[in-house]
Amino acid sequence: MPEAMGFFTDTTICIGCKACEVACKNWNQLPATNGGVTEMSGDSYDNTRKLDGTHWRHVKFIEQFEGPYNGRWLMMSDVCKHCVQAGCLEVCPTGAIIRTEFDTVVIQSDVCNGCRACIAACPFGVIDMNPAAGTAQKCTLCYDRMEVGLEPACAKACPTDSIQFGPITELRTRAQKRVVQLQAQGEKRARLYGDDPNGPLGGLNSFYLLVDEPEVYGLPKDPKLPSRNLQRSSPLAAASGAVLGLLALVGLRKHRMDEIEGGGGGGGGAGRGSEN
Amino acid sequence: MSDTFFTASPHWRWLIILYFFVGGIAGGAYFLAAVLQWFGRPEDRPVIRTGYALGFWGAVISGALLTLDLGRPLRFWHMVFQSDNLPHLMFKSWSPISFGAWGLMLFGAFAFLSWYSEKGGTLAKLIAAAGGLCGFFVAGYTGILLSVTNRPIWADTPWLGALFLASGASTGAAALMFFGRRRGASESSIRWLASFDARALIVELLILILFIASLWPIRQVWFGFWGVLLLIGVVWAGILWPLRLHFTSAGTGFRNPAVMVLLGGFLLRVVVLFASNSIAVHHVASGGS
Repeated sequence: MPEAMGFFTDTTICIGCKACEVACKNWNQLPATNGGVTEMSGDSYDNTRKLDGTHWRHVKFIEQFEGPYNGRWLMMSDVCKHCVQAGCLEVCPTGAIIRTEFDTVVIQSDVCNGCRACIAACPFGVIDMNPAAGTAQKCTLCYDRMEVGLEPACAKACPTDSIQFGPITELRTRAQKRVVQLQAQGEKRARLYGDDPNGPLGGLNSFYLLVDEPEVYGLPKDPKLPSRNLQRSSPLAAASGAVLGLLALVGLRKHRMDEIEGGGGGGGGAGRGSEN
Repeated sequence: MSDTFFTASPHWRWLIILYFFVGGIAGGAYFLAAVLQWFGRPEDRPVIRTGYALGFWGAVISGALLTLDLGRPLRFWHMVFQSDNLPHLMFKSWSPISFGAWGLMLFGAFAFLSWYSEKGGTLAKLIAAAGGLCGFFVAGYTGILLSVTNRPIWADTPWLGALFLASGASTGAAALMFFGRRRGASESSIRWLASFDARALIVELLILILFIASLWPIRQVWFGFWGVLLLIGVVWAGILWPLRLHFTSAGTGFRNPAVMVLLGGFLLRVVVLFASNSIAVHHVASGGS
């Protein structure tokens, strides 16, 4: 059994070149959007805007400017988190989403029927439909490359090693050292996101070094599994069904009693029916 | 900000809204027909037959809508069979779409038997009991399906399953009133349906209040078109106005409580789906709402 593999993304050294996006689209043969004609976002230097079924890597530009001379850029190459407890895998009704021998999460495109439950279940908004395939798609952590001992295309292409690939245990050690280094240099906000195997979702096999709150990067503070709501919603729905069933039965009995008392006449209160 | 705001919309739109609406009516109408099958009188027969017809054809239409909504409709059978491991069945009790697919199929089978067979007797009653339970399941699980996600509104409240079930009951009664009259329903049956509909609307209103209250931490989602539609279309036109008509005088068109309840049930699903869909992750990440 191979080790759990994943990504450690150090956002402090991302330069926003988007080489990872290009390498990902190239290797995975993902189709162009809008027939290859670039659509400008209009309010950002980032024109990809989000992860979706044809963009499995996306370099987020977090542009925080309060004026022409007062601001900062944060850049983060975003991707599927390959959660140890994956919401998408949990809800998938066809069994299309599987956990691989590398502890990564992969959507089998030949099994997926495009019901889109996984899109709503993902706590990070990673998955979307690939219109060319008619199925939900996302990063596979280059499963085909890993099988033959190659690193994923994005990590290979990253010119600053912002995206690092390897065994998760090794990456965690490396990431913790980097946080200590940054904090010693004065960047006190440096922290890891998703590295804790005892944290949310059992840890993320693609985790990040951030220098601000997760929400600033468009990441949820406390991502959760969708099934948490199954235990909350089901008893309430069952109770409302029981109340309505009881109302139907008690109402029918009262209706009959009223009819008997009224000599076959109408019931009281609500019950005037309608004219169609 | 709720963590649900960092997620992506599954693009469930009109076909799914129609399915939630039709499935609710089918489940609610069949359940009421089953109650009459057990405890009704011979004069209730037209309403029972109408309920079974609504249940069966509702299940057929629901299946068609769900299939059409798939990205790959010809793979609809992947919901019930393991496509890469035939003939093993596909079932996940913790996935609402998975158990919903089985629930809808079971409901369709019971509804077909009830609709096809004119006979009464113990077997028909047993089928009606099982089908009635499946009917309520189909009406309510759709709300649970939405809650078992990470999307805004849907995953932020535990009340959607109860709300959709109550709405299924009220719209089921309304549909029986609407179509039952045309199929020779007795005045007595219609009066019972109207009185049940009024009670179901009150239950629905109470659950709707709890639903809105549970979403207080993200109340900003209602400050716009969908909030207005919820208030005017669902609460006023779909619940309060037909309640008033039930207790005063009914008429035709907008004065027909059955028509208004059906309209309100449809708008409820429109609001719940689109209010959530309108919140997109990349807008949140770039500082929008």
